[in-house]
Order: sequence, then structure tokens, then C-alpha cells
Amino acid sequence: MDKQQLPQRPFAQKYHVKGIGGALVFLALLWGSSVMTGVNWGEFFTNLDQFFDLLSRMAHPAWEYTNIVIQPILETIQMALIGTTIGTVIAIPFSILAARNLIKNSVVRGVIRFILNLVRTLPDLLLAALFVAVVGIGATAGVWTLAVFSFGMISKLFYETIETIDERPLEALRAAGANNTQVVIFAVVPQVLNSFVSYFLYTFEINVRASTVLGYLGAGGIGVYLQRSLSSFRYDQTAVIVLAILVVVIVIDAVSNNLRERLQ
Amino acid sequence: MSDESVLIEFDNVQKVYPNGTVGLKDINLKIHEGEFVAVVGLSGAGKSTLLRTINRMHDITGGDLKIDGASITGYKGKELRNLRRSVGMIFQDFNLVNRSSVRRNVLSGRVGYYSTWKSSLGLFSAEDKQRAVDALKRVNMLEKLYTRVDELSGGQQQRVAIARALMQEPKIMLADEPIASLDPLTTTAVMDDLLGLNQELGITVLANLHSVSLAMKYADRIIGLRGGQLVYDKPIAEVSADDFDGIYSEQAEIKGGAVNG
Amino acid sequence: MTENVKKQNFWARYSWIMWAVIVLAFYVWSINGLQFSGLQESAAEVSKSIMHGLFHPEWSYFYDGSGEDLFSLIFQTLAIAFLGTFVSAILSIPFAFWAARAPRENKFHLRSTSGKFILVFIRTFPELVLAIMFIKAVGPGSFAGVLAVSIHSIGMLGKLFSEALENMDRGSEEAIQSAGGSKADMWVLATMPTIMPEFLSYTLYRFEIAVRSASILGMVGAGGIGTPLLFAIQTRNWSRVGIILLGIIVMVTAIDFISGTIRKKLV
Ligand SMILES: Nc1ncnc2c1ncn2[C@@H]1O[C@H](COP(=O)(O)OP(=O)(O)OP(=O)(O)O)[C@@H](O)[C@H]1O
Ligand SMILES: [Mg+2]
Repeated sequence: MDKQQLPQRPFAQKYHVKGIGGALVFLALLWGSSVMTGVNWGEFFTNLDQFFDLLSRMAHPAWEYTNIVIQPILETIQMALIGTTIGTVIAIPFSILAARNLIKNSVVRGVIRFILNLVRTLPDLLLAALFVAVVGIGATAGVWTLAVFSFGMISKLFYETIETIDERPLEALRAAGANNTQVVIFAVVPQVLNSFVSYFLYTFEINVRASTVLGYLGAGGIGVYLQRSLSSFRYDQTAVIVLAILVVVIVIDAVSNNLRERLQ
Repeated sequence: MSDESVLIEFDNVQKVYPNGTVGLKDINLKIHEGEFVAVVGLSGAGKSTLLRTINRMHDITGGDLKIDGASITGYKGKELRNLRRSVGMIFQDFNLVNRSSVRRNVLSGRVGYYSTWKSSLGLFSAEDKQRAVDALKRVNMLEKLYTRVDELSGGQQQRVAIARALMQEPKIMLADEPIASLDPLTTTAVMDDLLGLNQELGITVLANLHSVSLAMKYADRIIGLRGGQLVYDKPIAEVSADDFDGIYSEQAEIKGGAVNG
Repeated sequence: MTENVKKQNFWARYSWIMWAVIVLAFYVWSINGLQFSGLQESAAEVSKSIMHGLFHPEWSYFYDGSGEDLFSLIFQTLAIAFLGTFVSAILSIPFAFWAARAPRENKFHLRSTSGKFILVFIRTFPELVLAIMFIKAVGPGSFAGVLAVSIHSIGMLGKLFSEALENMDRGSEEAIQSAGGSKADMWVLATMPTIMPEFLSYTLYRFEIAVRSASILGMVGAGGIGTPLLFAIQTRNWSRVGIILLGIIVMVTAIDFISGTIRKKLV
């Protein structure tokens, strides 16, 4: 066999430069992260008994606590609903302004998208801490947190939906002399309504999950009780709360999934 | 043909799937060494099932299946893997690892000859690397040795798949609708490759084909299935085009030649 | 026949009223249920100070060499997220196999269903509570944060991985098997190369999320930038809040960008 017939392999492929380089960078990052976070598996395993002690206490939930938990967990759902709604209402004009096919002015679009990107970088608990400082302890802070949080998320989902619509009805209306508002109402809304409702429900699901811990920082709902039980070392109560959250999340997810499937 | 040259022997083979579907029913069939057999039949007739019983990708539920006179139905572990090693298979959808290179895919056809730790570390011998080059050359794909499979066309992928199967140094090659995803031009290339294996390397070929004209062009013998049963079996010289009404029409009528054997 | 049609028409016409009533009732219930505390008198003032702080960040906090400055803590946050996500990705693989339904299985399947339920449970178990539990075991600090991220992320990664396994093209596995390969050969030569890019891409995606959560885990004492942030908010040190917020925004944006770029290359 004459070797000349063999195709040439580029240097990088022959010596697996990408693979080996990637692996080295990755190992370096792992090593650096371990040093920086003070990872100490020995300590983890020697203290594992404490962890299991805690788990075993959680494994005996204080069922009588259930009655106390019901009200705040309902409050959590209420917070999520109102927060998501406020966020959505604010998101609608923003998503229209951020949609490439509706707003031809790239400066406006750029500024709006920049704001949306900024909002999306902020974690929910961080917002909660800020709102508790501004409006005080209570559900109001939670509602505002969820409003801002869902605003960032929904705007993006909405403008991406708007950008995928069929352009022809828009053109037809424009050709018939409709102004921008009329175009949105008669050509955009009918095309996006179902996805909007679906995304609203999806965000609502996420907010129900998120709202369960906001109270930890004083922003209302079940999280307040979570914090209380943890700081008084009543892990049996914590267990009840966690289970209640599980039930609520599963129910809300199931209902919302069902509704979303019907919308399709 | 004499009985000594019988390579594969179906003896009253039954195959019922776990969900109750009858895949094969009362199959009696002898395939001789060096034959190129085309299997035709409607969709769902049991063609794939028939092929897959030969390398035990499917287990039969009744009867016996012999290769080289030895029953394969009881094979387990190493024995089973050695059986599979000696039977190459190519698929309608090629079944290559799209993200790996052509070379790695072709070498992976050799797994049956290696211990797992060697094959998984890519420790293939220089001899086998040369074998991969030869196999690719045979199907005119050598210039793509280091290319990633997902950069190849369908016809090229199928030829790589043939090269991979050749790495097994198989006695038998099973081809399950090898050209169903290909255009007419690449179809010819792939079928010519298969014919080459058959005539030059003496490999026995069983190919499921949907096209009767292709079957008549390439095969030595055509067998027809219908509802899991063998309804047609004739050497190519005796085949006439209107025989196939029985296989492809709605009524199950056994037409054409008596079952061999 | 005609009556049937009429009935359907009736439903199609008026079912929206029922829906409207349900939705309305849900809103009324929610608004009535929430105790809207009137805005604190100081709210306007506080907002103004926050704004002022955001626009006058405390630059000196950016780096002072103490290891407790923004720069060090941002990297510590990234380290928590990175290590936690990595450990979680490894732990998620067995969970993914547990939860994945084998092809052609459509009915209720005990193994897969139980695995899926466990993953839902892990996903719903609040990360903060996990962090607090781990603080009990290893003391406050970033290690507890790493552990919390590692366990919590299994919920989502296990789900994504198992779905990737369910939807994976099994053809190449079959080819290796038919060439005489063992189960291990199938896994190494076919499954891994097919599924790895997808797993990696999901892991990177989860890393983006973990960066956000690692930046707040400090609020319960599990390391990273969250601790000084909460402290600054509580002591109303708004210019420090400002610089920390800036730090988080830059960090999250940069990570999203890098990770997004790599993910695009993977698939
Ligand atoms: N794994 C399986 N489980 C249950 N039934 C199966 C299975 N595989 C095939 N069958 C059934 O067995 C019968 C024969 O299928 P087979 O795949 O052998 O047909 P085929 O002739 O290859 O058809 P096609 O031309 O569509 O590939 C069909 O009724 C099919 O539905
Ligand atoms: Mg078939």
C-alpha cells in the first residue's frame, strides 16, 4: 500500500489539539474552583452523620403543622398570579418595541433589548432583598419581585414569538392604510395570542416555584415559614413545608401543562 | 446445489414478538454459500425480521436456525458475539456515529476482535488500521478517511457503513434496505459495491429490496415474504416479472416456485 | 344529529364565558387574599438612595486584596457554580438512566416513573434549604454552596439527560452490537460520542443558571457574592450594593455569552 494515497490529516486533528487543550483548560478550571471554594470532601464525609441526623429529623414530618401551612402556601400562589400578571402587562409593550419585524428603528430596539437583558441577569432572591428594603416586609415585596422577574422572562419569549409570525397579513393591512396600532391589533394579536397565553402559564409555573423561597428574605408566602422553621431548627416542620411545596408545584404544573396542551 | 454448500438453514422458524405480532411463520429456507439473495415483500411482511434472526439481533421463538450446520439459537456471550462478528450488517439509515470520523467508524467494525478496554481506548493494531484503509479503498471512500461522517452525503455514508461491515471479515452480509434512503445514482454505486463483495470476496449476501427490478438485476435468487410466510423462492433464471403479483397483491396466494429444499 | 351540532355550537360559543368566570374568580381570590401593605413612607426615599448608589458605585470595593472584595468573591461565585455543575453532571448520569424510558415502552414503567418522580422531587426541593442543610454538615462557606448546587442541579440535568437518552438515535448502538460488540463497546463507541455533545450543552446551560443561584446562595451563608450583598442591603450601604449589582450583571452577561457561544458550536 502506498501511503501517498492517504489524505493528509491537519496537525490539529492528528495530535488532537482541540481535545487535549480543552481537557487541560477544563482540569485547570476544576482545580482552581476547588481551591477557591475550599472543597474538602474529607470534612464532608466525616460530618455526614450530622447531615443524616438532619435528614432523619426531616423524615418525621410534623403533620399537625399542615394546617398552619395551607394559608401561606395559598398566598404564595396568589403572589405568583398577581406578580406574573403585572410582569406580563408591562412586558407586552416592551416586547412589541423589541420585535425586529414591527420596529424598524434599530436604536429603540437596541435600547429596549439592553434593558431586558439587564433585568434577566438579576436572580429572583436578589430582587426580593431589594424590594423588601424598598416596600418593606410582606407579600407586596414578593409580588413586585415576581413582576420584575417575569417581566424579563416574558418580554423575551414574547418578542421572539412576534418575530416568527407570518408577515403577509401585516403587509396587507399596511397596504390598506392601517396605522401601527391597527396592524398590531388585527394582524399580530390573532397570530400570537395562543403562544402568549401558553408562555404566561409557563412563567406562572416558574414563579410558583420561585415564590416559595422569596419569603425567606421577608417577601411573603410560604418562604416566611420556611425561614422560621429552619432558624428554630424545627426540621420536622421544614419537611411539611417542603412536601406542601412539592404538592402545589406538581398540581400547578399539571394544570398548566394541560391548559398549554389544549392551546396548541 | 449440494447440501454441503448450505450456509444458512431455516428449519421451521417461527418468530412471535412479545406483543403478539407474528413476525415469521413456518420458514423453511436454505441459503448456499456465495449466493446473492434478494428478499422482497410488502412493508411489514417480515423482511427485516428474517434478516435479524440470522445475526440474532432478534431471537426466534420456534424452530431452529443453523449456520454452517451448527444451531445458533442457544448461543450466548462470547459465542454470540463471535457469530455476530462473522455476519456483517448494513442498514437503511446507515447507523454510523455521525460525530465521529470515517476512520473511527470503520475501525469500530472490528470491535468483535478486541477486548473492550482496548477498543474503547482506540488501541487498534496497525494491521487493522491498514485493513480500514483497504476497506475504504474498496468502496472508493479513502479520500474521506479523516472526515466527520456528518459531512458526507447519504450514498457516501452507506459506503462507509459497508466498509465498516467489511472490517468484520464476514462470511455473510445482511443488507436491510441498503438503498432505500438513496438517490438512483448512488443506489447503483452501493449495489455495485455489494455485488463486488459477493463476486470478488465470495461473501454471501442477503439484501432486502423494495425494487423488483433491482433484485432482478443484482441477485442470483429472489425470495418473497408475505405476512411472515415464505411465498416465493426462485433462482433468477426462472423469475418472470408477473410472478410478483402474488407477493404484492392484496390476496395471499402462494404463487411461483415451490419452496426450495 | 342536528341537535348534536347545535349542542356543539352552544359549547363552542359560550364556553369562553365559563373560562372567563373561572379566571376572574381566580384573580378576585388572589387580590383579596393578599395583604397589600401600603408602601412604606420611606419607599420613595429608599428607591432614590438605591438609584443614587447604583450610579455612584463604591469602586474601592472592587479590589482591595483582602480576598473579601468584589473581584475575589465574583470568582468564588463562579467557582461554586462551575464545580457544583460539574459534580452534578456526573451525578445526573445514573439518574438519567434511571428515569429514561426504553424505546418502544409506552406504558407506565415502574423504573422510569419512579426515577422521574425523584427528579421532580429534587427539582422542587428549594436550593436554599439544601444550602442550609449542607451548612449544618460542613459549616458556612462556599463548600456548602458547591454541595447545594451539585444536588439541586441533578433535578434539571437528570431530566434533560434522560430526555436526550430517550430521543437518541439508537442506530449506531445497533450497528456496534451487530458487529459483535459487547454492551460496553456499544456504550463507548456509539452511545457516548452520540450523546456527549448534547449532555455537554445541557450542562453549560445549567451552568448559566447555577451562576445566578450561586450569587444568591451567600444570603444564607453558603459562600460567594451573596453574603456581602445581603449585608450591604441590610446596612443600607447603597453604593456598595451598586458595585455588587454591577459585578453580578457583568458576570452573568459574560458567562451567558461565553456559554452560549460554546453551545452553538457543540450542536
Ligand atoms: N420489535 C418489534 N416488536 C413488535 N412487533 C414488531 C417488531 N418489529 C417488527 N414488528 C412487526 O413484525 C412485522 C414484520 O416487521 P418487519 O420489520 O420484519 O417488516 P419488513 O418487511 O421489514 O417491513 P418494511 O419494509 O416496512 O421494513 C410487522 O407487522 C411489524 O409491525
Ligand atoms: Mg424492514
